[in-house]
Formats: sequence, structure tokens, C-alpha cells
Amino acid sequence: MEYICELRNVSKRFHTINNETKAIDDISFKVRKGEIVSIVGPSGSGKSTVLSLIAGLEQPSEGEVIVNTRSIGFMFQKDQLYEWRNVYKNCLLGLEVKNMDNEENKIKVKRMLEKYGLTNFKKHYPSQLSGGMRQRAALVRTLAIEPDLLLLDEPFSALDYQTRLSIGDEVGTILRNEKISTILVTHDIPEAVSISDRVIVFTERPAKIKKEYEIVFDDLSGERTPMKCRNTLTFGKYFREIWRDLDVEKEE
Amino acid sequence: MLKRKNEQAAIISKEHEEYLRSINRERHFIRITQILIFIFGIIFWELAARKDLIDTFLTSSPGAILNLIVKFINDGSLFRHLLISTMETIGGFFAGTLGGLLIAILLWWFRRLALILEPYIVILNSLPKTALAPIIILWVGMGYSGIIATAASISIVVTIMTLYTGFNGVEKDKIILLKTFGANKFQILRKVIIPANIPNILSVIKVNIGLSWIGVIVGEFLVSKAGIGYLILYGSQTFKLDLVMMGVFVLGVIAAIMYFLSSWLEKKIIKY
Repeated sequence: MEYICELRNVSKRFHTINNETKAIDDISFKVRKGEIVSIVGPSGSGKSTVLSLIAGLEQPSEGEVIVNTRSIGFMFQKDQLYEWRNVYKNCLLGLEVKNMDNEENKIKVKRMLEKYGLTNFKKHYPSQLSGGMRQRAALVRTLAIEPDLLLLDEPFSALDYQTRLSIGDEVGTILRNEKISTILVTHDIPEAVSISDRVIVFTERPAKIKKEYEIVFDDLSGERTPMKCRNTLTFGKYFREIWRDLDVEKEE
Repeated sequence: MLKRKNEQAAIISKEHEEYLRSINRERHFIRITQILIFIFGIIFWELAARKDLIDTFLTSSPGAILNLIVKFINDGSLFRHLLISTMETIGGFFAGTLGGLLIAILLWWFRRLALILEPYIVILNSLPKTALAPIIILWVGMGYSGIIATAASISIVVTIMTLYTGFNGVEKDKIILLKTFGANKFQILRKVIIPANIPNILSVIKVNIGLSWIGVIVGEFLVSKAGIGYLILYGSQTFKLDLVMMGVFVLGVIAAIMYFLSSWLEKKIIKY
């Protein structure tokens, strides 16, 4: 089995003048090629730190982060579209930085914009778009550099509930069809279960791995889409188990 | 956007029509009142001067100022003084703005340098720069170069402060995004730091135009043999208040022109 990324006994501490906080503690996991993995956990539990480590934005205090990728795509909670660039120019950003903004790739971006229903908004500025469209544009910008590993840091949580469901469904389907290896950080359990092949549950800070679930829907016919998953019985089962792991209401 | 406008135009309701008309009426009222204040002010001033209600030795009068302007235009000297002051202002403006921009970029690039220099910049900023004008003029020269340096010195520090703060205020995730694409520091500067600060730079430009005029007038008060500042100073020393008032009036006109130019520039550049 080929792995796209592996964490071996990784710990990370953050230092400020006043103190030192351990964000994650001895975490090990692997992500297979084409696999979609979600990390869920309490807020502030160091989920995003894992993504920063994998992206190389931070260095681990202990342990090893091994990444077998050509390029990594990163999506944030906010779309981070540059308000001074129109949609098309925003989507070219990654290619420009990598000096890959040749004609061939520009045509590819235009084709992606068409695929994601943004062609008519190519020349629009981000402020003129709805939240869903902005997030779709951010996805095109991320996918334009053809990342072989996608890191999503609560990418839908700034959207309203309805948009969030439909964009989540859309993106989940795209990732599955294009077989893009993905790590999704979220605190939305249904989102994690419906999109991913595997869910990793983190403990409170310093985060350790509490549990891992291989998500398999055997009561599903035809193509797997997040929306269909939400309607299965298995879905409810996973949801309840992970909910219990997170132990959200302790007072009960 | 355009499309939407057309749709609205097609199905405009009576109520909306009335609403648009009331907005227009309000706008006209304000503009007309603004003009009337100016006209009545001038008329009142002129009448008061003619009826000897005010001392024209101290206040001059619109008619006298106008006569003087016509005279100065005819013998070409208004244009000459104006040209000199304007060139000095433009020189000081560019030196101050570009110099400030460059230094702000350097400080952003070398964070440690910024931290070291911080107290000096803060003090320099709160210091009234006009107090430095005599020193600067002695150092740089008693002519145009000294005046330009004075004008630049007034705008450069506030430019550095404003832009440096703006550079550091760029949303962190916007920079991290570029880093995830593997951007180097120069690309971060070019693709996000500068473009994100275009509105900031434009407002600095607006402020600096005014500051450069202050620098030029102060410089001309101190050393010049020509220019609007020279005319004003010469006028007041010889008790020719007509000349002083003319200088101030011409400055007002120039300031208005430059303000509209910079607003126009702002609209041209910021489209989002």
C-alpha cells in the first residue's frame, strides 16, 4: 500500500514568553493514496496544528512527518480569496507562484471554472459572490496546482447551514471522483462521517489519538456521495459512537 | 452588476421612481447650497469692504484680489510662481512617498531592523517636522533642493508608519495561503503585501499631497525667491494683504484640483 503522508510519534509544543503549550502529543497515523481522512476533536485540540505540520508550515518538536507529495493544496475556514483579484485571477494564484501559469494551465483553470459553475463569474470580484461560490472558487484555486494531497481546515464552517451541506456534498463527491488524497479537519461529525473513508478522533489538548474509524457504508447502493451517506442507518451508528468519544456533554 | 441595473430599469415602479427623484432632489439641494454659501460669502465680503464695514487693509477684498490675479496672470508671474511651487511640491511628494514606501518595505523585510528603529521612528513622527525645516535647509541647500527636502521630510515619516502598520496588518492566513503554494518572501511582498495595501497607499498619497504643500510653503517662507509661499510672505511683510489673500486663494484652487485628481485616481485603481 502506498502512503502519501505519515506521522511518526509526532509531538508539537508552542512557546510564548509566559508559557509553553503542548498542542499534540505522540501522534502517529498514515494516509493512503486517494484516501479521505477526517480528524475530529474538541475545539483547540491541535487538529489544525497537524495540518500545519504536514504542510511544512511548522516543524514538529519531536517525531517525524513524512510527506510523499509533489504539491499540497490547503483550504482554510475562510476562502481567503484576494479581494483585489477577480475570480479567474484568484484561481491562477497558485500557478503564478509556482511559475506554472502557462497557456495550457490557464485553459485548464477555465475548464474547471466551467465545471464548477463559475464561468459567468470569472471577471467578478470576490465581494460580488455568494459564500458558496467563493468557497467553490477557493477550491478551483486549490485544485489548479493539481495537489496530490489536500489539507482542508474546517473549510465549510464559515458557510450557512444549507450552503454548507450542499458545498460539502459537492466537494466530497469531487474528491472521491478525482481520487484526491485528503485530510479534513472539522468538528462537524456528520460532515466527517459522510465525506471520509476514515475518521480519526482526537482527545482534548494535548491531542492524542483517541480512536480511529474505518467508515464503510455497506447499506449504500451505487455511487457514494455524502448526501446519500447521510440517509443510511450506518451513518447514525458512526455518528453516535463518535459523539460518545467526544463526550460533549459530561453532565449527563 | 450591469445586467442587474438593466433589469431594474425595465421594471421600475412608481414608488422607486419617487424614491430616486427624492434622492436627486436632496443631492441638488446640497450642491446648490454649497455654491450659494460661496457666492454670498464673496458678495458679503465685497460689499462689506466697499461700505467700509471692514478694514480692507487687513482683509483685502474679492475685487482687489481678482484685479491682482488678472495683473499677475497678464505679466506671467502668477504662472511662474505657481510652476515653481508646484514642481517643488511634486518633487517633495514623490521623494516622501516613494522613500517612505521603500523604507516601509525594508522594515517589513527586516523585522529586527524595524524593532530596533521603532522608538526613533515614533519620536520622529510626533516631532513637528516643520521645526526641522531650518536644519534641513541648511544641510541640503538654500534653494529648491532644500525646499523639496523639507516637503519630503514632512510626509516621509508618517508614510513609513502608516504603510509599515498596513503591511503587518495583512491577514495572516492570506500569507499562509501563499506559503502553502511555496512562495518566497519576494513573492509574498508582490502578490499579497503590496496589493492588499493599495487602498492604504492611495490614502497615504492623498494625505501626502497636502503635507508636501505644507513643506513647500514652510520652505519658501524660509529661503525662497519665488513661489506661492514667497508671495504670501512678501505680501505680509510689505502689508500687501491683497497679495497674501491671492496666494491663499491660489493654494485653495490647487488643493481642490489635486484632491479631485487623487479621488479620480482612487476610483480608477480600486475596482473591487
